[in-house]
Amino acid sequence: MSEVAIVGAAECDLGVTGLSILGLQTQAVTRALADAGLTLADVDGIATTGVSRFSATQLADYFGIEPRWTDSTFAGGSAYEMFVARAAQAIASGQCEVVVISFASNQRSARSRRLGGVHEEWVPEAQFEEPYDMLYPLSYYAMAARSYLHRYGGTREQLAEVAVAAREWALLNPKAFRYGKGPLSVEDVTGATMISSPLTAADCCLVTDGGGAVVLTSLERARDLRQTPVRVLGYGERTTNTSFTTVDDLTRPGAVGSGADAFARAGITAADVDVLEVYDSFTITAALSVEALGFCGPGEVLDFIADGRIRPGGALPLNTNGGGLSYCHPGQYGVLLLVEAVRQLRGECGERQVPDAEIAVAHGTGGILSTHATVVLGVDR
Amino acid sequence: MNEPTTPWVPGTVPAADEVSASYWDATREHRLTVQECEGCGHRQHPPRALCTACGSTEGLRQADASGTGTVDTFTVVHRAPRPDVAVPYVVARVRLTEGPLVLSRLEGRDDPESWDLGEPVTVTWVDLPDGRALPCFRPTATEES
Repeated sequence: MSEVAIVGAAECDLGVTGLSILGLQTQAVTRALADAGLTLADVDGIATTGVSRFSATQLADYFGIEPRWTDSTFAGGSAYEMFVARAAQAIASGQCEVVVISFASNQRSARSRRLGGVHEEWVPEAQFEEPYDMLYPLSYYAMAARSYLHRYGGTREQLAEVAVAAREWALLNPKAFRYGKGPLSVEDVTGATMISSPLTAADCCLVTDGGGAVVLTSLERARDLRQTPVRVLGYGERTTNTSFTTVDDLTRPGAVGSGADAFARAGITAADVDVLEVYDSFTITAALSVEALGFCGPGEVLDFIADGRIRPGGALPLNTNGGGLSYCHPGQYGVLLLVEAVRQLRGECGERQVPDAEIAVAHGTGGILSTHATVVLGVDR
Repeated sequence: MNEPTTPWVPGTVPAADEVSASYWDATREHRLTVQECEGCGHRQHPPRALCTACGSTEGLRQADASGTGTVDTFTVVHRAPRPDVAVPYVVARVRLTEGPLVLSRLEGRDDPESWDLGEPVTVTWVDLPDGRALPCFRPTATEES
């Protein structure tokens, strides 16, 4: 199959915007196209969710275009990494030429987030799980964290490093929600309000407006456009569960398989990765993902990150924009993993730039460790 | 049975469908059941219209469970998703002796953080207004008596 590249990337307004979902979507898409040197007239593929029941259709209508290809796979936060795979295949096979992958939410302005999640009374979980008033998705991650800490003898303090490091990165990113808010200490994290033990409010991602878009086309066409192309080197995914009780081992998420597939397709190993952007809905989400992707062995991640390895200047730069924990989390964060990975590979990140970054990995997680999708990106040499 | 006072008032539990009817009917008699495949012997929860082990859509029945299990993992919830639920409370995955995991609540401890993973638990019931009942779990009596 012929190669595909990301040629445009942008965020919409972030934080507390007071804007509509489609207004933010328009910002994300038009900014990403402008970044690529393209216009809506060039777009013949759209992938999005979170707009309405007919998300891609809605966006096509709103933009006044009739795409040759769309995708609205609903898989939560990992959908955007899945969209990269599907878009790469659609472009390589000739079904379409220019795809925009986008997401935007006004959840903070609209106060639309609910602690218990969305109720669909026809699914088994409504009869067998929701009556127990677990928080969705937080309580699942909390139970995974307890399983992990119990099995491997880790501590809450060690896990807090994920949030502490994310804040260090956010202090270098003027667009981060917590930019200018000062560093976070381990005690700040463990001493924050307990929500669903062992996770506190500071183990949880932000609830903000925001979103972004990336533009994909063939590598051949990409080389004629204004930005240095970022090549799609590999991808993989796993879909594991909707229920709280399907997965036996909460410490080994589907990222094990999605990462192995993506790395094999790209012909790389974890040691080749210069920048890692992983979904951090909660501290434990990022910790489990780093381990599952093979950056360290089972049970090792809390020791692995303990020495500043994932902080600015560390050997494994993780969530270099500040992540969902300290930069932006609009409900589905996956597209922003891609935006940051692209910017790092282009060398556009200013103070937080990872020197000589050549290979970046974006790894999304959706639902309650339900969906897992990994994308490997590389500079065009 | 040593029934505790009703620990909490559950929200509305959706009506049973044709797949889950026999599970919920058994709860009216405070019988905990797991779905069993007569063909291959696989046990699963929640009940489904097919066996996830052998794919059979025939011979799936609710078999009586012992009502015992162990705590797989748990979380103490301090901020409820509904306004009329008292906090804190314990949500847990319980590994039934028969094999399947179930989501439930743990009741019967003053300190909600004092539960241990692997600890033995026994089913207890919270009656619903429509005659069905929700299973939750308490420490196995031999340990706490």
